[in-house]
Amino acid sequence: MNLHEHQGKAILSQYGVAVPQGIVAESPEQAVEAAKTLQAKTGTTMWVVKAQVHAGGRGKGGGVKLAKSLADVEKLADQILGMHLVTPQTPPEGKLVRKVLIQQDVYYPGSSDIREFYMSVLLNRKTGRNMVMYSPRGGMDIEAVAAETPDQIFTEEIDPKVGMQAFQARKIAFNLGLSGTAYKNMVKFAMALYQAYEGADASLFEINPVVKTSDDNILAVDAKVVVDNNSLFRHPDIKAMRDFNEEDPIEVEASRYDLNYVKLNGNVGCMVNGAGLAMATMDMIKMSGGDPANFLDVGGAADAKRVEEAFRIILKDPNVKAILVNIFGGIVRCDRVAQGIVDAYSNIGDIKVPIIVRLQGTNAKEGKQLIDESGLKVHSAIALEDAAKLVNEVLKN
Amino acid sequence: MSVLVNKNSKIVVQGFTGNEGTFHAGQMIAYGTNVVGGVTPGKGGQMHLNLPVFNTVEDAVKKAGADVSVIFVPPAFAADAIMEAADAGIKVIVCITEGIPTKDMVKVKEYLSGKEARLIGPNCPGVITPGEAKVGIMPGFIHEPGKVGIVSRSGTLTYEAVDQLTKEGLGQTTAIGIGGDPIIGTTTKEAIELFMNDPDTKGIVMIGEIGGTMEADAAYYIKEQGTKPVVGFIAGATAPKGRTMGHAGAIIGGKEDTAEAKKKIMRECGIHVVDSPADIGRKMAELLN
Repeated sequence: MNLHEHQGKAILSQYGVAVPQGIVAESPEQAVEAAKTLQAKTGTTMWVVKAQVHAGGRGKGGGVKLAKSLADVEKLADQILGMHLVTPQTPPEGKLVRKVLIQQDVYYPGSSDIREFYMSVLLNRKTGRNMVMYSPRGGMDIEAVAAETPDQIFTEEIDPKVGMQAFQARKIAFNLGLSGTAYKNMVKFAMALYQAYEGADASLFEINPVVKTSDDNILAVDAKVVVDNNSLFRHPDIKAMRDFNEEDPIEVEASRYDLNYVKLNGNVGCMVNGAGLAMATMDMIKMSGGDPANFLDVGGAADAKRVEEAFRIILKDPNVKAILVNIFGGIVRCDRVAQGIVDAYSNIGDIKVPIIVRLQGTNAKEGKQLIDESGLKVHSAIALEDAAKLVNEVLKN
Repeated sequence: MSVLVNKNSKIVVQGFTGNEGTFHAGQMIAYGTNVVGGVTPGKGGQMHLNLPVFNTVEDAVKKAGADVSVIFVPPAFAADAIMEAADAGIKVIVCITEGIPTKDMVKVKEYLSGKEARLIGPNCPGVITPGEAKVGIMPGFIHEPGKVGIVSRSGTLTYEAVDQLTKEGLGQTTAIGIGGDPIIGTTTKEAIELFMNDPDTKGIVMIGEIGGTMEADAAYYIKEQGTKPVVGFIAGATAPKGRTMGHAGAIIGGKEDTAEAKKKIMRECGIHVVDSPADIGRKMAELLN
């Protein structure tokens, strides 16, 4: 589950990771109030207004702006709130900004240089262990750093038996070229960051940049936090942070019926049992001259009700020109699934797009017969390649 | 011959008396699998499906001689169940459970390192040696004893491959569902090593998907030490970046996670990669006949 920057920072803060002071606002008036509060608290005379949407590259899209006066805060908040922020990570139409984070500016001048670092915590799938990945080249796209200067990316792998050790945090601070107070603060920062990662059952922390201020504080100035969905049962506080506004409304509805649905941009909808087969079915649609409109795993119990809900979900997408149902019946019996399709078809009524049903496995022939004799405009197949051919034919007509 | 499980395997079912455990243990027994009992803490001494229930896996090992376990325990308790099985001396642990937190699996992986136990899964359909032992949730009837070994990260996509191989008359030695999670016990490469060392396995089908580097690791091993033809398929060529496609491990983060990157490496390593899942059986028949 993705979190907003301000939510991620709240979690970091709980574990003692230093973050700039910030307050969330939903209107320009609230933004000004927030700025005043921050001024009273920190003495700051500049603020950063940051759009809170689930997407990286917000600065590039004009969603992060520096305000040099309270009037600026009001103007910029007014500008950013309600905008459809377009970044390389959003859909082309952008994402509606509903909230902004008003944050103290931490790039103030002082006795030492300001520096920006990169730090992330994530699972190394090869070793099955977590690692801290960091670089002295912060504030830029880490994939570009990896490509240009791979020697500027360091990792510390964490032994699950003992967790992160102080010597590892010291190595991080030294490799980042720090000394004195900044070094001490970085050791504390790195230790706390890993504690937070473990404590929150996160699957990704990406702090870019980590800033060394001119007075040697180490702060998480941005925070991308992703939490392991499978762990949410033991984190009700984090589960409550889910922002449905950030998700595709059809995906939200599908999740209510326990359907695993991901919206894509193609013209052929699909309904499949099993994640691997669902991906393979999408690939087959592409090879047959179509484009998958979605990923949809109906799961093990593809009964009539679930099939009907799945059809309704797929049909909400106006781009869908055909639907391919691909079920490999194991424990699930194909004749039951077929009956589910026939029932769903008549219950929904007025389905205008052609439907291709491929049933294989337990009672596949009985299932096909049921479909063929139903009088519905449904094409049926048993072999996978026949289904692919039918998709191709249907799209041509 | 076969790998991992056979007619002599003595299987204990963890989470035996729950809904899932009861249903699938019943199916396994009906297939002819040698299930020797089950474990449900607190229900030791009772009988279930005409078999003894034990409080601990240790009891099942001592009293019934169990050497293989299959786990149907809910996600919050599954990591504990795996470690209990390993501690009790179980040699092959098959974890069906979907949805175990990654943090728990990091611990499990560490716990298992250096121990004799081999973990299959989690989030997998299990392992079947046709005609001998069905240890998992796959439909038994589509399988036939034969000469092809299958390793796959997916459930129904494995059934698809099995069905095609059965219809081609090739059958299977053993089909291993290794699971769709980011951390799993047995990797693609390790499963392929088992098949390369099994004299009855004449060909191998390897089914992968987006996310991680397991297929590439297996491909390099095959290039170096492979002695049998391998047919490969990777699902998810059309999957978008950054989205989890059903399986927690099926997500494109970097370039090496893509189907295209994996297929390229597999082809370079001599694996017969098919672009359509409909061609798996035919390709293997071509290579073996």
